[in-house]
Formats: sequence, C-alpha cells, structure tokens
Amino acid sequence: MNLDQINPILLIASLMVAATPILLAAIGEAVVEKAGVLNLGVEGMMITGAVVGFAIGVNSGSPVLGFVAAAIAGAALSMLFGFLVLYLLSNQVATGLGLTLFGLGLSSLIGKPYEGMKVPTLAKWDIPLLSDIPVLGPILFNHDPMVYVSLGLVAVVWYVQKSTRAGLILRAVGENHDAAHALGYKVIRVRLMAIAFGGACAGLGGAYVSLVRVPQWVEGMTAGAGWIALAIVVFASWRPWRVLLGAYLFGGITVLQLNLQAAGVAIPVEYLSMSPYIITILVLVVISTRGKHGAPGSLGRIFHASH
Amino acid sequence: MTETATVDALLTLDGLRKAYPGVVANDNVSFEIKPGEVHALLGENGAGKSTLVKMIYGLVKPDQGSMVLNGEPFAPANPAAARASGVAMVFQHFSLFDALNVAENISLGMDNPPHPRELAARIREVSQAYGLPLDPDRVVGDLSAGERQRVEIIRCLLQDPKLLIMDEPTSVLTPQEVEILFHTLRKLTAEGTAILYISHKLEEIRALCEHATILRHGQVVDTCDPREESARDLAEMMVGSTLHVPSRETVEPGEVVLVVDKLDLKSATEFGTDLKQVHLEVRAGEVLGIGGVAGNGQDELLGALSGEALAPGAITLKGEDVGHLGPNARRERGLLTAPEERLGHSAAPDMSLTENALLTGAVRENLTQRGFLKWHATEDFARKIIKDFDVRTPGPDNAARSLSGGNLQKFVIGREVLQRPDVLVVNQPTWGVDASAAADIRQALLDLAHHGAALIVISQDLDELMEVADRFTALNEGHLAAPVPTRGLTVEDIGLMMGGMAEDAV
Repeated sequence: MNLDQINPILLIASLMVAATPILLAAIGEAVVEKAGVLNLGVEGMMITGAVVGFAIGVNSGSPVLGFVAAAIAGAALSMLFGFLVLYLLSNQVATGLGLTLFGLGLSSLIGKPYEGMKVPTLAKWDIPLLSDIPVLGPILFNHDPMVYVSLGLVAVVWYVQKSTRAGLILRAVGENHDAAHALGYKVIRVRLMAIAFGGACAGLGGAYVSLVRVPQWVEGMTAGAGWIALAIVVFASWRPWRVLLGAYLFGGITVLQLNLQAAGVAIPVEYLSMSPYIITILVLVVISTRGKHGAPGSLGRIFHASH
Repeated sequence: MTETATVDALLTLDGLRKAYPGVVANDNVSFEIKPGEVHALLGENGAGKSTLVKMIYGLVKPDQGSMVLNGEPFAPANPAAARASGVAMVFQHFSLFDALNVAENISLGMDNPPHPRELAARIREVSQAYGLPLDPDRVVGDLSAGERQRVEIIRCLLQDPKLLIMDEPTSVLTPQEVEILFHTLRKLTAEGTAILYISHKLEEIRALCEHATILRHGQVVDTCDPREESARDLAEMMVGSTLHVPSRETVEPGEVVLVVDKLDLKSATEFGTDLKQVHLEVRAGEVLGIGGVAGNGQDELLGALSGEALAPGAITLKGEDVGHLGPNARRERGLLTAPEERLGHSAAPDMSLTENALLTGAVRENLTQRGFLKWHATEDFARKIIKDFDVRTPGPDNAARSLSGGNLQKFVIGREVLQRPDVLVVNQPTWGVDASAAADIRQALLDLAHHGAALIVISQDLDELMEVADRFTALNEGHLAAPVPTRGLTVEDIGLMMGGMAEDAV
C-alpha cells in the first residue's frame, strides 16, 4: 500500500470530471421536481443520450454535435414521459421506471453497431494564464468545456429560480398546482418545459460519459448514474448549489476509492466500489431524519384541471 | 328592462347556463350587481354558486348566456382577462403557496407585478391603509388563517378591483377578525367597489349585505334584501322547505367519564401546534364545545383523544388510564372519534362505504372473526347507517369519494353514533355541509348526549357550538381555556376566549 501515490491536485481535478455526468442529470431533475413532477426515467434518458451522442459523434466526427444530439434525444424521450403523465394522467413513478427500462433497451439496440468504436473526444481547454496558477490552475482551469457548461447551468438555474418571474412561476406550479391553475398559470405547459429541460440535461450527462469520460460505447455504461442523480436531488433539498455539492461529494468518493484501489489499500475492492453508494444512502438517511427537507408541495401528484 | 337599469349595473348576468356530464350546474341565471353594493349569493352545497363565480372569474366558460361589465360585453377567457377587467376573487380554499413568502404569493396573483422592493413597499402601504397589517417577507406557511386571508385580500386590492368576489371568507376567522374584515369591506364599498359575497353564515349576510340572490339546483329561485329577513327565512329560501331546528332536552349531567389532565403533546406535523397543559373533563350526557380558529391545536387534540398520538398517563376514561392505548383499544372501551378531514382521515376515499364501515366498526360491532371479515354483517351495518342517517347514495358498494361532502359527513358521524359510544369526539362535524344536513347531524349528536353519552364537539362554527354545547371553551395556540356554561355567553366573551385572553377563573 502506498498512499503517497495519490496526488491531491489530480484527485480534485478528476473528481470534477467524474461528477459532471451526475451533476448535469441532477440539476435537470432538480428543475423537473421543482415543477412538481417526479421523473424516475433519468437513467433511461442518460443512457439514450450516451448512445445517441456517441453515434452522432462517430458519424459526424464532432463531439459538439454529439452533445447537441444527445440533448435533443434526452428531451425527446422526456416528452414521451411528459405526454403520458401530463395528458394521459399516468402514474409518475410507474411511467418513470418504464422510461428507464425503455431507454436501456433502446440504447442497446442503437448502440450495437458502435461497440468497440473510437470517437473524437472534447479537447481540454488550457485556459491561458489561469491554468498556470499553481495548485488552482490544474484543478479549476484545465478541463473540457462541458465541465464549465455544467457549472454554468447550476448558476443559471439558481439565478432563474431565485430572481426571475419564470422561476417564481415554476416554483409556484410545483408547490401547489391547483392554486397556480386557479391564478391562471398554465401548469401543464410549465411542467412540459421543465421536463424537456430535465431530459436535455440528462442526455448531456449521458453523452459526457460516452464521449469524454470513457470514451467508448458499452451497453449499460451509465451504470446507475441516473439513480444517483435522483438521490442527489433529495440530498440537495432541491437547491441548485447543494446539487453541485452533492454531485462533487459523490464524484469525490468515486475517484478516491479508485485511487485507493490503485494504491493497494487492504480493503477488498468490492467494499471500495460500493462505498460511494453506501455513503449516498447514509447521507440520505441522515437528511431524512432531520425531517424538514423542503420537497415541493405537489411533487408526484397528478394534476387534472377539472376543479 | 329600461336603458338606465343596465347602465347603472356594474355587472349584469343574463341567462347563464353551464352543464357538466350528468348535472346542470347553472341554468338561466340572471341578476345584476351595482357598484358599491355587497351582494350575497346564497344556496346550499351543490346549488351552483361555485360554478357561477368561476364563470365570472374566467375559470369556466358558460355554455349559454352572456355577461355585461360596465356596459361592455364581458366573456373572460381566463382569470388574467377577468383581472384585467377589474374582477378579483378571494378563494374559499386559499390559493396560496406555503413555501413562498407573502410578496412572492402576491406577485403571482398580479399580471404586471412591480419590482420586488417596490411591491413590498406597496404591500405595507395598502395593508396599513385597510387595517390589515402584513409583513411581505414572511413565509406564508407560518401564517395564521386570518393572516393568510389577508394575503389574498391584499393581492386583490393591489389591482384596484371593481368587483371583488369572496367565497366563504369568514369560515376560518375569529369574531374579532371578522369585524376587521367587515370594516375593510365597508371601506371598499364606500369607494365604489362592488362585492359578491358567498357565505353559509346567514347572520353575517344580514349584517353586511344589501341584496341577496338565492340559488337552488342551479337556478335563481329568489332575491331579497337580507336586512329585512330573518336568518331562518333565508335558510328556508335556500332549502325550499321549512327547516328543522335541532331541539335539546336538558338532562342532569352524570358521572365524569373522560378526564384529560396536563396533556402536553408535540405536534407531528411541521406547521402544527403543540398542545400545552390541556385539562378537561366531560360528564355523561353533556356536550362540551371547543371553539377556536383552525390550527390552534384542534387536530392534535383530536389525535390525542383518538389514540393516533399516545399520551401515557394523561387521559382517563371511566377511571382507567387509556393514554398509552391505540385507537382500537380505545374504541373497545367506548371512546370514539370522527376527525375533521372526511376524505383521507375519517374515511378512505376509494374504498366502499361497507369497507369504511368496517374500518372503525370492526371492534365494537364484532365484524371480524378470527381475522376473517364478516361481510354480511358489515354490509348490514353500512345499510343501517345509510338508512338511519338518510345518506343519499345508491348503495353501500359506492366509494366514499363519490358521496357529496354532506352525505359523507352524515355517514361518518352516523357510523360512530350507531356504535353507541360512551364518549364521542367530533371535529368540525358540519364543515362544508348544507343547512338541512347540518341540522340532522346536530340533532343526532344531541340525541346521543340525551341517551347518556359524553360529547366533545370541536368546531369553528360558533353558532353551531352555541346550539349544541352545554359548556364552551376554546383552544388558542395549544392552550385550552377553562370551560364556561354556554348559556348567557356573549360573542365578545367567546372572541376573547378564542384570542386566549379570557380570565381562567370563570
């Protein structure tokens, strides 16, 4: 065992990369849930985004086009969910689970021809001057653009929810959809837009796995990241900056346990591999026992404008 | 009609009709509202009042008929259009967002809200001008019912409405708060605003309104000046027949059957009220009325008595400590309860009436045998409730949800009364129930007391408590005032008790 092998600067830099797919999916899902809809199909939208992004990336040679296509694919899949739950009033939990199963199947169908292929990946931005700062430079200013996009999204979501009328309406619809309807707000339209945003974010998160992190197509490669994203939304009490904290915490533990494995720590690999999930569960339990978690009042409830 | 009559009117409704599948909610409704008048809309539950005001507020489109506002045709496509035309509405079930603050809530009800800082200043200004103080930064979930209503009213006032629609505005207020509200409304009408006022409380309508339109089965059946009619006449116009007034025979109260002593209870819900040192005694044959504004510990007190919340050592039933026992054990010993929330608390909405009868009746009516259900006996029990309490339903197989509020309430109360309780605790027994059903329910409660049961009636309807209770007390922030005899009590005394300012040594 040799803990000196672990370089803290590289560890922090790589945790940002490890956390980005979850962060993207979680910030999208936070918006969806803030609008009062529980979409458990994050995993399905992520894996669909992963395969579509990879396929378009391979065929066009442009990772940027791959990301755009992944966002569109995720949003399209989420619209299927939106149609089912908002217009046909289907149960959100069951429909979301179905969406995940559907996405997993669809992705392996699309992805079959692409197994083992290589894809052009996003280049790192070596931001001049800033990346030369000792310690902070390699940690913060030497990443691919999607890392900064994900951070920017968190800031935008925070600002929109806190300071704009659109954000206020979004929160109102999620807090009490009957009251929002009585005041004349278009509950279904607001929710559809939120769901589409969530789908696009999940698609981006999936594409980040297949185009940057791995970069390859492997069936089922998101490996539960969508579920972790859902857990992080609860962990974060539906607040954007806490979503960031949760995602980086999870990413950090993931990267740390990989480093510990490499350093040959005398803990069985299986335990190290499960540690991020166990810690997520523990954190959720601790948060739940505190009682007040600020869930949107109408979360998961079916809205019908009949009364 | 003549030209002048239409010009005078602020809003004229002409032949409005709205039908839903299987029911005509409004048919050929015509009347007019003049500027500066308080116009009452009266009718039993299901008479079509809500549908009518929803049409005026643009939430529902009429099938037939037309409206004229200020001499111009008025057909709002949505609430925003109605608000733009000067129609504002305060809802019966407050349309507020608990997690948002006062200013955000008000901003959501406006079409072109000013900048938050400016809005906060205007809220302070208007709330002071109309005597309804309100802090724009407070989170609405922490406000009392009266303060929540202020939020709604100020939301309306900020848009200078010409017509203000108020649906049951006083059902959650103390008498003092009602006074403040009436003061505000009179100030508004003096400025020329018309008010369309919906209430079940006939005395209030007589005190406030100059004109009343009475709806029955969706049609206008009568109009009158409520100041010149008695409350009883108004009620009979609504019901369309003579009203049965519950009668009571005074009996000497018997032994003390239920004692609650030094009950401290922490509320299980986030916005609930903790009970503090509650003490009460009830005797056989006596009705104890507990008033108070909603959210002052009523639900918690009912929960502590029913056994949903345990209170070891604090509750004694017929000499036996039952504080540590759960609901079924207490039922077995004769302590029954009927909570306020009909759908979801006292009845399971999607289960049939038979199943609902079983849920509380299993123990006392012997409806189970070695873990198996006795369906025939249960169905007979459900039928008996339906028959004895005149529950209007096709049969016991219907889901609880399919019954109207009044009918389900009769079923829920009947279910407990027929189990011959020694002590029955009810919370809001006639909330949202129309006049004739309410009279039936009160009569059943009085009959039960006459046959020797002890009753605790928790209610926010003071007229109801005056009618049924022998002794009166009130909950205020989890404290229970010392009970006083109902006879000779004035509205001022009651108001002070509800405000927590009564002298305990009465």
